Amino acid sequence: MPGKRALSNGNAKSAKEFDMEGGFITTKFNHILGWARKFSLFHYPFVTACCGMEYMSAACAHFDIDRFGAGWTRFSPRQSDMLLVVGTITQKLAPVLRTVYNQMTEPKWVVAFGTCAVSGGIYDNYAVVQGIDRIIPVDIYIPGCPPRPETVLDGLVKLQEKIQNQEQEWRWKRKKP
Amino acid sequence: MEMEKKKALDDLRKRFSGKIKETFLKFGDEIVIIERDSLLDVVKFLMKEPYSFTMLLDLTCVDHIGQENRFQMVYHLFSLSNNHRLRIKLSLPEKDPVVDSLTSFFKNANWLEREVYDMFGIQFNRHPDLRRLFMYEGFEGYPLRKDYPLRKRQPRIRLRK
Repeated sequence: MPGKRALSNGNAKSAKEFDMEGGFITTKFNHILGWARKFSLFHYPFVTACCGMEYMSAACAHFDIDRFGAGWTRFSPRQSDMLLVVGTITQKLAPVLRTVYNQMTEPKWVVAFGTCAVSGGIYDNYAVVQGIDRIIPVDIYIPGCPPRPETVLDGLVKLQEKIQNQEQEWRWKRKKP
Repeated sequence: MEMEKKKALDDLRKRFSGKIKETFLKFGDEIVIIERDSLLDVVKFLMKEPYSFTMLLDLTCVDHIGQENRFQMVYHLFSLSNNHRLRIKLSLPEKDPVVDSLTSFFKNANWLEREVYDMFGIQFNRHPDLRRLFMYEGFEGYPLRKDYPLRKRQPRIRLRK
C-alpha cells in the first residue's frame, strides 16, 4: 500500500500491481517531479498584518502544515518555492513585494492569504493595493478575515493538486517548438 | 480634585486673557480653545508646576471643510503627577494652515506632526524634519482631507491590470 499512497495519481494502479517482484514502478517524469515538488514546499512568509497570527497557528504544531510537506520556513526568497502573502499590502509596500517575488527562483507559487491579500478587503482606499494579483501572479486565493487554519490547509491541498497536475519545467527539458 | 481641574482652566483664562477664546468642560474633559499664535506660550505655561502637563498624549487635526477656519488642531496633554488631562484646540484657515511646532517641548511631537503634515498638509514652524511619514515620496495631495478624491489611487509601480 505505501507505493499507492505516495504516488496516487489519476490512473492509480492497484496495490497488487505495485507489489511486483522486482520492486519497481513506472511513472512519467513530469508526474514524479510534480509529486516531489508538491511535498517539499519551502515557504517564504511575507507577513504584514493580523493574518500573521492565523499563519502562525496553521504553521505550528496545532494545525501543522508540515504534515503536507510545507514545514520549512525560509526567510530568504532565493531558497523558497511558495510565497505566502499574509496580510494587507499597501501601495508603499508594493515594490518590495514585487522584488521579493522576482528574487524567488523557479519553480515558484504564490498564495494570497486572507481577504486583504485577495482583494484589498475592507480597505478600499488610497493606501491599499486591491489584491496582490495586481502586482504578481497568484496561484491560490485563501479567503477569510482572517482565514481559519482549516481553510489554509484546504488551500494548501488545492495548491498541491495544482502543482501535481501542472506542466513541470526542468533544466534539460526539451522545449516544444 | 474637581477644584484642581477647574483651576488650570481658570488660571489659563487669567494669564492669557486675550488669547483664550473659550474654556469649557465636555463629558468630563477640560477643553481650551486658543488663538494659534499663543500655542507655545500656553503649552510652556501648562508644562510648569503646579499643572505639570509633561506628556503629550496625542496631536491630531480635524478637517471642517467649508468653514472659514477649515482645520482644527487638537492637542491632548497629560499630567503624570496630577493624573490630569487637558485638551487644547486651535483653528487654522484654509489659505494658511501653519502652526508652531511642539518639537522643542515634546520629542514625540516630531512624528505626530509629520503624520498630520502627511495626512492634512498642515505646515509646522521650526519642525526639524517635516517630511511625509506614512505615504511615499511622490504621493500628491493629502489623503485625509475631505476633498481628496475617494477613488483616487496613486500606485508606486505599474499594476498588472
